[in-house]
Formats: sequence, structure tokens, C-alpha cells
Amino acid sequence: MDVALLSRIQFAFTMGFHIIWPILTIGLVTFLAITEACWLKTDNPVYLKLYKFFAKIFALAFGMGVVTGIPLAYQFGTNFSEFSHQAGAIIGPLLGVEVMTAFFLEAAFIGVMLFGWNHVSPKVHFLATVLVAVGTYNSTFWVISANSWMQTPQGHGFEAGRMFVEDWWQIIFNPSFPYRLSHMLVATYLSAALFVSGICAYFLLKRVHIEVAKKGFKMAILMVAILAPIQIFIGDLHGLHTKEHQPAKVAAIEALWETRQGAPLVLWAIPDRELATNRYAIEIPKLASLILTHDWNGEVKGLNEFKEVGIPSVATVFYAFRLMVGLGTLFLFVGVWGAWATYRGNLYRSRWLQRLSIICAPLGVVATISGWIVTEVGRQPWIIQGVMKTRDALSPIIPEIVSLSLLGFVIVYTLMGFAFLYYVHHLIQKGPETFVLEEEWLELVTHTAHITPKGK
Amino acid sequence: MDIVLMSAALIGFGILVYVLLDGFDLGVGILFLWAPRDADRNVMMSSIAPVWDGNATWLIFGGGVLFAAFPTAYSIVLPALYVPIMVMLLALIFRGVAFEYRLKTNPTHRWVWDTAFWGGSTVVALMQGMMLGAVIEGFRVVNNRYVGGPFDWLTSFSVTTGFALVMGYALLGSTWLIMKTEEATQLWARSVAKPLLLIVLCFILMVSIKTPLEYPQIAQRWFSFPNILWLSPVPGLTTGLALKAWKGIISKEEHSPFWCTIGLFVLSYLGLAISLYPYLVMPHLTFWDLAAPESSLKFVLGVSCFTLPIVFGYTIFVYRVFKGKVTEQKNFY
Repeated sequence: MDVALLSRIQFAFTMGFHIIWPILTIGLVTFLAITEACWLKTDNPVYLKLYKFFAKIFALAFGMGVVTGIPLAYQFGTNFSEFSHQAGAIIGPLLGVEVMTAFFLEAAFIGVMLFGWNHVSPKVHFLATVLVAVGTYNSTFWVISANSWMQTPQGHGFEAGRMFVEDWWQIIFNPSFPYRLSHMLVATYLSAALFVSGICAYFLLKRVHIEVAKKGFKMAILMVAILAPIQIFIGDLHGLHTKEHQPAKVAAIEALWETRQGAPLVLWAIPDRELATNRYAIEIPKLASLILTHDWNGEVKGLNEFKEVGIPSVATVFYAFRLMVGLGTLFLFVGVWGAWATYRGNLYRSRWLQRLSIICAPLGVVATISGWIVTEVGRQPWIIQGVMKTRDALSPIIPEIVSLSLLGFVIVYTLMGFAFLYYVHHLIQKGPETFVLEEEWLELVTHTAHITPKGK
Repeated sequence: MDIVLMSAALIGFGILVYVLLDGFDLGVGILFLWAPRDADRNVMMSSIAPVWDGNATWLIFGGGVLFAAFPTAYSIVLPALYVPIMVMLLALIFRGVAFEYRLKTNPTHRWVWDTAFWGGSTVVALMQGMMLGAVIEGFRVVNNRYVGGPFDWLTSFSVTTGFALVMGYALLGSTWLIMKTEEATQLWARSVAKPLLLIVLCFILMVSIKTPLEYPQIAQRWFSFPNILWLSPVPGLTTGLALKAWKGIISKEEHSPFWCTIGLFVLSYLGLAISLYPYLVMPHLTFWDLAAPESSLKFVLGVSCFTLPIVFGYTIFVYRVFKGKVTEQKNFY
């Protein structure tokens, strides 16, 4: 394999693994801030227990996010140095501002959030939680702005083989930015809501920690009911916008090989790149045209238009998109069911809804990653749409070295992924009731964890 | 003042803050397995757990601002240092997650994360020191692209600076522990700080002798008239600080060893900056050769002026929240 492919695999792998944690933490910290606000307002200790329990999982995910995030910024230099050289004047400041407005804020106040209970008042503690949440939003804002600029670049000029900024406003608020930002933010809320509802459903199903589980389950499942339809609506707008700015991506999503009027919606197929056609296709006539142009006979551009510059891996984009949309539909179903059960007053008795929620716990993250695969692979062969190709962005390095670092990441991330699952499993088995402050010190400090009586 | 120079100062400042802050918590990690008792390790970890994340963020700040203000330097240096950077990043992962996972591990299996934390911290420090050596030695560059091999950074000099930084961070960590801990842990920290200080001074001396001998322009920078007048206090101050640190370590003082070590780091860092100026990528490329266009520099500097004071404000707030001695009963959540 060549440096181009290896570097892309390495970036995709490290990015795909990293994004799991921000998805969870952005949504979870929002949930935590809401929970703590409820606690301060009502003084109901159930909220505090809920907070302490999910703060533990949040802390684990946040730690993973920090350490897996650092390699990404560095890979711009180590693996894509031509990109850094040519586009650094634009991407660099966006990431620099992200560090200054987001990372410092999160990193400073997460210490207070996790370790500060005995050092600050509850109100200051709540402020710390809110500031961590603000940090995660700032981070999302700037990094999505940078990514969106690579999808729909504008506001830049060229000089001596490098790009420079003509207009910051145009760069930051580039055309696809509002769509991508709202789609991603809602994705994180939805994913975290599914995650929380899954864990609470597990408690309900096992009939343990009932009080805390009821509260968390209701909050989370109603969140799913509200967010799932919103997300589908935003996704649709995002798709229509992509058709204007990145038609090749949409053609790959639809596996549409030839430009045509009245294009069918391909529900399922095996895209064949060699023959530029679909095998075993199941299609609904004219529906793609209706969705994308709001006209039964509207023209949709096919992949044939982009042969000259190159097309993305159609199968990857095609399947990832279907996975995302399929899961989105499932979440809508879960949300509607949850809302209906709440309305009927039997939310906590509905065993099948709880079982389904458990299955859905990790699926929000899966759907979000699928979405990122669609948008990133769909942009290929460009690294900056229409401006710079990925193969022109590489570092002067040899493939052997990249293979080794890729192998290192695969091994370390696999280990860390399992460690995370192990400890989250451990936390869930211990449950929220045990996180009473004094007892925890005893358990951690004296070496008698296994003989300390549980449940004060 | 020149906007390129201001950007360079910003990065230099960011890297210095990183070295000082993450230096002491990496140092605590380097000393971790050498501590005699598990109780020491609990205290050591909780003395840095609330602040390490903010400290490590300065590493992303340094990288991020270098990328933003000197993208061409970023595109030359990072491929050249591919191997040590990747090793450092992987080691950082072991070290970073150990903070969370160690606390949640049964004491009988805690050695796994103790080792990960110690090994991760030591390798991170070693790689950073080796990269420092490589940066001082310079890179083969043609037409603003790195043209050397994947292991050019590995030299006897970079190995020396690698070990020097491991010892330097360990010294910072041990003096931090003198300040933040009590009784047995503090006594132990004093006992390791002594040899560490001597070793670090030897390394400072070695680098100070080697670089002017090797690089005529560095010799000229320091020993030509009138520079020698302006710069002569630097070695004097270094000696003074080293003496004060030593006295603090062997007496009952708790704060002066840490702050004197910080002083030693600042002076060594300034000494390096004076030697290398105006080159960003040795031996030929200056800040001005590698800077981003003015629109980007202005943006970064503008945002920094606005945000960094706020960052310092709340960072100081967080340190104050967790000020004072760490005992075993505190700081766990």
C-alpha cells in the first residue's frame, strides 16, 4: 500500500475512534448540566445520584477523548504536511482558536466538576459543569467550521502556492457550516440520550436502582422523542444543500451512475465500480428525483459527470448512508414509542421498550460515525473540495513507517476500547446508589475495597 | 513590534508554559514506580489529577499555534519527527487514561495502570527531549520540504537531551511533591530531588558547553561584544538558583525548591531561545521565512489577546481551588 492510502486509513481510524468520545461527552455534559440544575432547583437527591453516576462515565469518556484527540491535530503535520503547508494559514487558526476557547475551558473546569465537590459550593460546581458544556460547544463550533470549509471552501485566495485568508467571516460561516453544525450537535444529544436511556432501561429491566433509573429513563427517552424527528428534518436539509455544493457526494449516496431525469431511489444494491452500475438493485422509480428536486422528473447528476476528476468509493458512501438513515428511523420509532408510553402512563412497565433501548444504547454513536463516513469519503478524491486533492496533500514519508504507526494505533486503541468497556460495565454493575462521597474515599484510599460494606 | 516576532513570542511562551506545567505532572509520573509505598502513589496521583488535563492542553496549544502561525515550519518539522511524535502520542494515551482507570481498579490489579502511567510519562518526556535535541541540530530541507530520512532525529546528542529532559521533569515533579505532600512522601521526594538536581545541572552544563563549540553562530551570539555583557547574568543567575534549590531541598523549606527549579527551566529555555534566534527551523530558516500570511497571524494574535488572559484567570482559580497539601482523604470524587 502507498503512503496516501495508509495515511488515509490511519487518519480515518484515529478519527473514527476519537469521535466516539466527543459524541458521548458533548451530549452527556449537557445532560449532566440539566440534571444538576434540576437538583439545585428541587433539592431531590435522586438528581444528585443520577449526576454522580453519569459523571463517572462522562469522566472516562472525556479522558479517552482528550488522549485520542491530540494525535489528530498532529497528523495534519506528520501525514498531510503538504496540506498543512498550503492550507495551514486557514485551518491552523481555526484549530488554534478551538484550543483557546474550548480545550482550556473544558480541561480547567472538568477538574472542578470531578474533584471539586468538597472544595466549592454547589452553585460554583454547577457553574463548572456549565462551563465544561460551553467548552464542548465552542469546540464543536470551531472544528465543524474547519471541516465545513474543507467541504465548501470560500473566502480564500492563492499566493506563491499557498492559500491565504481573504475574508474570515466567509471562511468561518461557509455554506455547509450551519447544516453540519446543527446536524452534529443534535447527533451528540441524540446519541447521549440513547446511551443514558439504554443504561437506565437496563436498571429498570433488572429492577435495581429503580428511583434513579426511572428519572433518567424518562428524561432520556423524551429527549429521543424530541430530537429524532428534528434530526431527520435537519438531515434532509443537509442532503439538499449537499446536492447543490457537492453533487458527486450525493450521486455516490444514491449510487446513481448516470445523470438522469426521474432518478429512482435505490433502496438496496451492490454498486459495481468496474461496470459503473448497480447489481441486485431494489429501486423505487423517480423517488430520488422527488426527494432531491421536489419534482418527479427532476434531473439528478450522476457519477459519470465526475469521471475526469475522480469519484469516491461508491459502495462505502452508499452503505454508510443507508446505515445512518436506517438507524435514524429506528430512533424515531423508539422516541415515538417512548412518548406514547409516557402519555399512556406505562413507560416503566414496557419491557420491550426497555429491551429495545438497551440495544440502541451504542447505536447513536454508530449512526453518527456512519454519517461522518458518508461526508468524508464522499468528498474524495478531494481533501478540500475542488481546491486540493488528497493525494497532493501528503508528507514526504515512507509507507513502512506509516504502517508501523497505524499498527501502533490499532493495538493501543483496541486495548483502550476494551478497558473503557470493562470499566463502564463495572460502573453499571456497581450502580448509582453506591456513589456516596464518604464511602468512596474510604474505598479508594484504604485498600479494602472488597470488604467495605456497600450501600450506606 | 513585528507581527511575525509577536507570533513567535506567543508560541515560545506557549511551549514554555507547557514545559513548566506538564513538566511537573509528567515528572510525578516518571517518579511514580520509584515511590516506596502505594500510599505515596495515591497521594502523588491526586496531587496532579485535577490539573493535568489543563496542563496537557498547552501541548495542543503549542502545536495548534505553530500550525496556525508557521504552517510551513509545521509541515517541515512534523514529518521529520514522525517517529518520536507517534511514539509520544501513543505513550500519552497510556498515561492519560491511567488517571481515570487506576482509581476504578481493584488494588491487586492496580500495578497495570501504575506501570502504564509511569512508562507513558517517561516515554513522553524522553521523546520530547529527543525532539528538542533534533530541533537544535536542525533538519535537511530543500525548497521548504523536509528531505531527510525517518530516523535523522536519532543522534547521540538527541539521546542526551532526551535523558536530560526526563531528569529535568523528574526534578520538577519531585520538588512539586515536596510542596504538595507531607511526612513520608515529602521525605522521599526530598531524597530523590537531591541527586536529580545534580544530574540536571550536569546536563545543563554539557549542553551549554557543547552548543557553542559545535555551532559558531551560537558562540558568536553569546561571546561577542556587547552581547556578552547583557548575557553574562544568565550563568550567574543559574548558579544562584541551583544553590537556593539545593538549600531548600536539604532544609525544611517546602516551596523554594519548586520555584527555583521553575527558574532553572525558564533560564535554560531562554538560553536556548537566545542561541537559536532568529531560526525556527535550524540551520537556515527564520521565523520570517516560515510565517503565515498577515491575515492569519492577526487573527491568531487577536484571539489570543482576548482569550489567554481569561484562560490564565480561570487556570489560577482552579489551582487555588485545589491549593494546599494533598492528603489521602482529599480530592477523590
